[in-house]
Amino acid sequence: MDNITVLIVDDSSVMRKIVERSLRQAGLEIGQVLEAGNGLEALAVLNQQKVNLVLCDINMPAMDGLEFVKQLSGVENAKGVPVVMITTEGSEGHVVQALSAGARGYIRKPFTADQVKEHIIPVLAGNL
Amino acid sequence: MNTSRSETDAASRREYWPPLLELSAQEVFGLMLGERLDAAPEPAPENSLDVTSMVGFAGSLCGLLTLRCSSKSAALMARKMLGTDGAGAKSQMEDAVGEVCNMVAGNFKNKISGIGDGCKLSVPTVITGSNYSLCTLANDYTMEINLLFHGSPIVISLQLN
Repeated sequence: MDNITVLIVDDSSVMRKIVERSLRQAGLEIGQVLEAGNGLEALAVLNQQKVNLVLCDINMPAMDGLEFVKQLSGVENAKGVPVVMITTEGSEGHVVQALSAGARGYIRKPFTADQVKEHIIPVLAGNL
Repeated sequence: MNTSRSETDAASRREYWPPLLELSAQEVFGLMLGERLDAAPEPAPENSLDVTSMVGFAGSLCGLLTLRCSSKSAALMARKMLGTDGAGAKSQMEDAVGEVCNMVAGNFKNKISGIGDGCKLSVPTVITGSNYSLCTLANDYTMEINLLFHGSPIVISLQLN
């Protein structure tokens, strides 16, 4: 998929930049990168614009990543858009919660660009 | 990778926690900053540590992980994480140190058998300046590791109830 629009949701602006860089290092053709600092901001972005992929942290103020994923079902622009969690919360329970809520993938911080590629490519290809 | 029963039992014992905490920090610095931490030959002088980042644990682990360093080291962390040498990185110093602390806390928690599911992390808090005292009620178990990042001290502490 070329020139995809990605929404990166993380309360750390440094981490948002790292995630963007990792996507580019993974060889993805990124057209536009949108950013949000928490789940509420991300919902506001998605109410305005369609994206191809959402990468989302879990622990964030205002609205955390799990709640954000649950609320996505009510957002027209988010229908069918894959969400991959990128988080320090790496326990099995958190993974199960995220996947049950609708996330398609789960990447634990710290991560490498290769791990990002390994998780994102199948999701974008519709295999997960 | 499968973890054997004896490995998970070992990881849950507190005498193994200092090396697990150091390993957690090494992985974060290695993967996210492309850097290695060295062992510090002696504890850092308190007045050299003017940036403090804290992440709280709640649940089956209850307490606080702190990462302290100099503002120079914090700015270097931001530059390494952002992959830039520019002055812009300095404004991201607190964000970078907070995120490093967050990842060390999460990575450490994930290495301890049986803890992860029942323990949540707070978002990070960062204090700049060294003229303060920190008092936590989580004082049943304390450990501290002293490391060097580009020759400057980094002190990571864990205080638990």
